[in-house]
Amino acid sequence: MQDTKRIMGVIEKKGVDFPKSLVNEIVDATKRHDLTGKELGKLLDEIKKAYERAKVEDGEAVGTVAAQSVGEPGTQMTMRTFHYAGVAELNVTLGLPRLIEIVDARKKISTPTMAIYFQEDYRTDEEFIRKIANKIGKITMKDILKDFNINYAEMNVVVELDDDKINDKRLEFDDIIKKIEKAFKRVQINKNILSFEPPTPNIRELRLLADKVRDLQISGVKNIGKVVISKEGEEWVIHTEGSNLGAVLKMKGIDRIRTTTNDIYEIERVLGIEAARNAIIKEAQSTMDEQGLTVDVRHIMLVADMMTADGSVKSIGRHGVSGEKASVLARASFEETGKHLLRASIRGEIDHLSGIIENIIIGQPIPLGTGSVGVIMKPRK
Amino acid sequence: MKKDILKHELVPDHVILSKSDVQKVIKELNIHLEQLPKIKPDDPVVKEIEAKPGDVLKIMRKSPTAGKFVTYRLVLE
Repeated sequence: MQDTKRIMGVIEKKGVDFPKSLVNEIVDATKRHDLTGKELGKLLDEIKKAYERAKVEDGEAVGTVAAQSVGEPGTQMTMRTFHYAGVAELNVTLGLPRLIEIVDARKKISTPTMAIYFQEDYRTDEEFIRKIANKIGKITMKDILKDFNINYAEMNVVVELDDDKINDKRLEFDDIIKKIEKAFKRVQINKNILSFEPPTPNIRELRLLADKVRDLQISGVKNIGKVVISKEGEEWVIHTEGSNLGAVLKMKGIDRIRTTTNDIYEIERVLGIEAARNAIIKEAQSTMDEQGLTVDVRHIMLVADMMTADGSVKSIGRHGVSGEKASVLARASFEETGKHLLRASIRGEIDHLSGIIENIIIGQPIPLGTGSVGVIMKPRK
Repeated sequence: MKKDILKHELVPDHVILSKSDVQKVIKELNIHLEQLPKIKPDDPVVKEIEAKPGDVLKIMRKSPTAGKFVTYRLVLE
């Protein structure tokens, strides 16, 4: 049988509910070995048996298994960070510190970075990419000055703008002047030479003014610093230091499908909770892969599901998932023991002893696996 | 320029379920409405598809283990 529709028809008639990826595999195998209808039927019977056996049993302690599966490779990860091997000049957090950032649902991460891709018409146009890079990357006055002088005699700061550098960075002279006039009240402009005066003519104010002039941002998206252009295969890609997904996605020419960031909190804010869940899985997996460790994705998927089940990204620790457990004993045995026990006794809290940890503490069978069923005796008539 | 977040590769398809479909889902899974996973009303996708608090979204994810996976989220107040 080679016709996909017919093959899928046979599968459906069997009445088995396989996941899509399994169905695709069966279709491919049927075509490759050119099975007849009867052979396919027998194959499906065998697959059904194997599938039922491979499924996770009800009551399996998947949480514990997932925790151990993610934790064990954690002990083999480097605790120190080092430079990103791919794009030189950009420093990205790797290894255990990065995994901790992900699992702690940190709102401010140490090395946010974006990978900006471009639409098909623009992605091989190096000139366009350079223009965008200069628009996105942070450019300050310091980068476009030919000369910079602090004049203590006349109590002013005199700078000369460099036209070559301005053109090099594809900036507009008038836009720069506008920004300068907006930021500084006392400024005199004479073609390329600008002189700034401090509000009060003393040395300290003058020095502060000089720094303010040097560091005035003329171009660039908020929160983004350095920008690196690199060629990946046939297309040009921009990697940034710092992240502002909301602003970049709005720009012309940007590939709105693939452009991404490693800042999960930002993904939650801009793309939604489901995207954040996928981002957690992707980031955790790539962190493990980069260290050379293989963890089955389903364990990471479980962690990501637990973190995003309530609509926002929660950390695993005492401010998130672990702190929201209903049982007093469970929370007390995790962190801040005295606080939880004291507060519970003041409030008269009741612990229903229906979870795992509480039952371990008091020495009862846990409500998982064997303990997920209760046995009742039926009296003989 | 519009952001078009629904097309992003990280965002799965979100669909608002009709009241009757919601009842079918609850019956099939044998749960209460509040036991569903949640999604915030100011979630970017919720705002984009204009779902209201109390709606149930059907989310069709691409799954690395199962190919495709269908799940639901209740829009909070």
